[in-house]
Amino acid sequence: MDGAVPLFRMEGISKRYGGVRALEKAELSVSSGSIHAILGENGAGKSTLIKVMAGVVAPDEGRMTLDGREVTFASPAAANQAGIVCIFQELSLVPELSVADNIVISDPPTRFGMIDRKAQRRIAEEALARAGAADIHPLALVKDLPLSRRQMVEIAKALARKPRILILDEATSALTATDVAKIFGVLKRLRLEGLALLYISHRMNEIAELADQCTVFRNGRNVASYAAGTKSDNEVVELMIGREYSHIFPPKPARASVAAVPVLEARKLSWTDRLDNVSLTVGAGEVVGLGGLDGQGQRELLLAFFGVLRGLSGQVLIDGRPVAIASPAGAREDGIGMALIPEDRKTEGLMLPMTVRENLSFAALDRLSKAGIIDRAAEQRLIDDMVGLLAIKTAGLDIPVGALSGGNQQKVVIAKWLMRQPRIILLNDPTRGIDVGTKQELYQLMRKLADAGAAILFYSTDYDELIGCCDRVLVLYDGAVKRELVGAEITERALIASALNIHGEESPVSLGANA
Amino acid sequence: MKDWRYWLAEQRGTLLALGIFIVMFVIYTSNHPAGFTANVVQTAANKGVLLAFVAMAQTLVVITAGIDLSVGMIFTLTNCLASWLVIGTGIETAFGVLAVLGTGLLCGAINGAIVIYGRLQPIVATIATGAVYFGIALLLRPFPGGSVNEDLADALTGRLFGVVPASLVVLLAVVLFVWVPFSRSVLGRAAYAAGSSETAAYMSGVPIRRGKFAAYALAGLLAAVGGLFLTFFTYTGEAAYASGNAYTLFSIAAVVLGGVSLFGGKGSAIGAIFGALAFRTIGDLLFVFDFDPLWQPLFQGVILLIAVSLGAFALFRVRNRLEWFL
Repeated sequence: MDGAVPLFRMEGISKRYGGVRALEKAELSVSSGSIHAILGENGAGKSTLIKVMAGVVAPDEGRMTLDGREVTFASPAAANQAGIVCIFQELSLVPELSVADNIVISDPPTRFGMIDRKAQRRIAEEALARAGAADIHPLALVKDLPLSRRQMVEIAKALARKPRILILDEATSALTATDVAKIFGVLKRLRLEGLALLYISHRMNEIAELADQCTVFRNGRNVASYAAGTKSDNEVVELMIGREYSHIFPPKPARASVAAVPVLEARKLSWTDRLDNVSLTVGAGEVVGLGGLDGQGQRELLLAFFGVLRGLSGQVLIDGRPVAIASPAGAREDGIGMALIPEDRKTEGLMLPMTVRENLSFAALDRLSKAGIIDRAAEQRLIDDMVGLLAIKTAGLDIPVGALSGGNQQKVVIAKWLMRQPRIILLNDPTRGIDVGTKQELYQLMRKLADAGAAILFYSTDYDELIGCCDRVLVLYDGAVKRELVGAEITERALIASALNIHGEESPVSLGANA
Repeated sequence: MKDWRYWLAEQRGTLLALGIFIVMFVIYTSNHPAGFTANVVQTAANKGVLLAFVAMAQTLVVITAGIDLSVGMIFTLTNCLASWLVIGTGIETAFGVLAVLGTGLLCGAINGAIVIYGRLQPIVATIATGAVYFGIALLLRPFPGGSVNEDLADALTGRLFGVVPASLVVLLAVVLFVWVPFSRSVLGRAAYAAGSSETAAYMSGVPIRRGKFAAYALAGLLAAVGGLFLTFFTYTGEAAYASGNAYTLFSIAAVVLGGVSLFGGKGSAIGAIFGALAFRTIGDLLFVFDFDPLWQPLFQGVILLIAVSLGAFALFRVRNRLEWFL
C-alpha cells in the first residue's frame, strides 16, 4: 500500500503437478507490519502458493525476492533460515516428543554439544506465553494434548523461531473461540512489531477483523488484490467464481417424487468435534452431493456411515429401520448393501501389488464362494461383466493393478464394489487426480446407477461436479449441514457462499441467476 | 500437573522394566541355593550385560522406527575378531580393542548408509548385512578358538572392591558416555523425531538423515562392546549362527520389555537394559526351581507374550478405526 519496497515478492510463479496446473504465473507481495489475507475456493492454488513460499515445493518457474534480493529455498529449513515460518494445516508436531522439545526442534539450544534443557524450557515457556497459551505445560507430550492445544503449540513453535514472515494456513480451524480471540490479540501485536503475516482462512468474519490487505486466487492465479473492507462479501464471492467448465455431465432426470421412505437416513449424527448433529436423507435414484470447503467433516460423515468411527452418537436408518453398522464388513451385508469408494485408492481402495482380478473380486468373495472355495467360473463371469460395463483398460486381468493408469485404477475400485450390487453408494472425492475422459465416464455411471435405483451420496471438492451431477447438495461447515441446495439452486455462487458460511440470505445469492 | 509427574509418565516404560527386573531378581536370588551373594550377582551380571549391550544397540535403531536384525551378527563378528586381536602387550591389546569397536561402528554405519541413502527397508537391509557379517565371522573363526588378554578379561568380568561386578561398571560407563550424550544431543533428538513422525520432523527442518545414521552407527558400536565382552567371558571366539540369531531376537524382546515402542520415537536404552536383565533373569528362574531346562524357551515365550500384550491396550482408545493401521 505504501510505496516502500515490499518485504517479499513472488513473480510469475507457476507449478504443475502432472497435467494439473496448481499455480499459473501467480504474483504476491507482502509488506512488513501488515496482515495479508489469501482467499480462494478449493484448488484455487492457495496451498501450493504457501508451500512454495515455505520451501516445501519448488516452483517450475518464477522468482521470489526478499528485501529486494532474489531467493530460492531448497527445503523448509532454508525458508526458516530466511525468516519465513509457516504454520501448516496438517500439524508439523512430533507426537512422541514433549511440547518444549517440539518448540525448539528446528534449532535447540545446546551446551557442550548437548541440548540445554533449562534453556529449552525457558524458550518454550516464553513462546507459549507469547502465544497466549501459558496453560500448556512444556513437559507434556504433544500426543496427549487435544487438537486445539496442539494448534497453540504449533503457533508457539512458529513464534520461537523469530519469523519475519509468518504464514497461517487455516491455523484457527481447530481452535476454540477463546483461543481464537487470544490468537487474534497475538497476531495484532505481531503486526505492531513489524512482522508480515499471511493469513489463509475461509472464515470471512476472521478476515474482516484481521486483514489489512486481501488477495483472491482462482484457478492458480491471483485475480484481485484490494484493501480489506473495500469489498462486500458478495463481491468477494463473485471474484472467486469463474472456474472453467470443462466436463460434460449427463442430463439430470426431472425430479421425480422421492419415495416416502429414504434408503439412507441420518439423524443427528455427532462424532468428536468433527461432526455436529448431521441429519440427511438419500432416496432411491437420488444423487446427493456433499459440498463445502475441504475438511469440514465430509469424509468423517462417509466413514461414520461405513462403520469406521467409534463413539458415534445419533442414528442411522436404512429403509426407515434403525441399524447399527459396526464395521465396513457389516456395512456391505445384504440388508444394508453399502459401498464406499474411498478417497485414497492407493491405500484404502486397492492392494496395488495384487492382480486386477484379485482386486476386483475382494469385496464379493463371500458371494462367489461355496464353503470357502472360490467358484472361478462365476468369478470370471462377473469380472467380465464389470470390465465391460466400466470399460476398464487393462492389458490383462492378471497384471498388478498398480500398473494401470490412475483413472483405470479408480474404475477397478468402483467395479469391485459394484460386483456386490450395492444399494447405497458413498463416494469420497472419487475423481481426484484422474483424467477428464474417465471423469466423464464416472459421471455417466453414477447417473446410470441412480436410475437403476441406487442411493448415492457423493462428496467432491470440485464444485463443477456437484453442480453437474447432483440432485441435491448439502453444504457442510464445521461438521454441520449449513445449507441444502436443491435442483436449480445448485450454482457455483450458492456453493461458494454457503461453503464460506456467509449469511447472505436476503441477497440474491440463493437465486443463482447466472449459472 | 507437577513436573515430576511428566517425568514419571515419560519414564513409565523404564520403571516398569526396572520393577519387573527387581521382582524377578528377588525371586531368583531368594530361591537360589547360595542366596544373595556377591558371586551370584556377579554371574548374573556377566550373563545379563551381554544381552544388555545388544539390547541398547537395538534400542537406538528402534527409536528411529527401524529395526536392526544384524545386531546379533555384529556381536558374533566382533567376538571372532576380538579373539584374534585383543591379545598381547598392553598397547597391542588397546589397539585390538579399538579395532574391534571400530569394526562394530563400521558395520553399523554400513547398515545406516544402506537404509538411509539406499532407501531400503531396515528389515531387509539388515537381514542381508547380518548374513554378510556372519559370513566374515565364519571365515575368521571356522572353528571355535583363539584367545584373549586374560588379565583384561578377568579384570572386566571380576569384581571391584570384592562386591561390585566390573561388567556392571562398564555397562554404566557406556550408558554415561554413549547413551546419555546421544539421547541429549541434537542428533539424538532428530532420531526420536524421525521415529515418531518423519514428516513433521522434515517440515520442522530436523536433520533426520544424520540422526538416523548416528543411531545405526552407534548401534554397531554397542553391539561390538557386547561382542568384546563375550570374548572376555569365554576367552575364545566362535562363529555361532544360532547364538547370533538368538541375541538378535532376544534384543527385540528386551527392547519391548523395556518400554521402547517398536513404532519408534519412544523409549530409552536404560529401559532396554532393564528389559534385558529381566529377560535373562526370567530365563534363569527355572533353574533355581529345578525345572527341566527343556521348559525354558516355552516359559520365556509366555512371559514375553504377556509383556508385549501390555502395549496393545492403547488401541482400545482409538475412535477412528482407520488409525489402527497407521
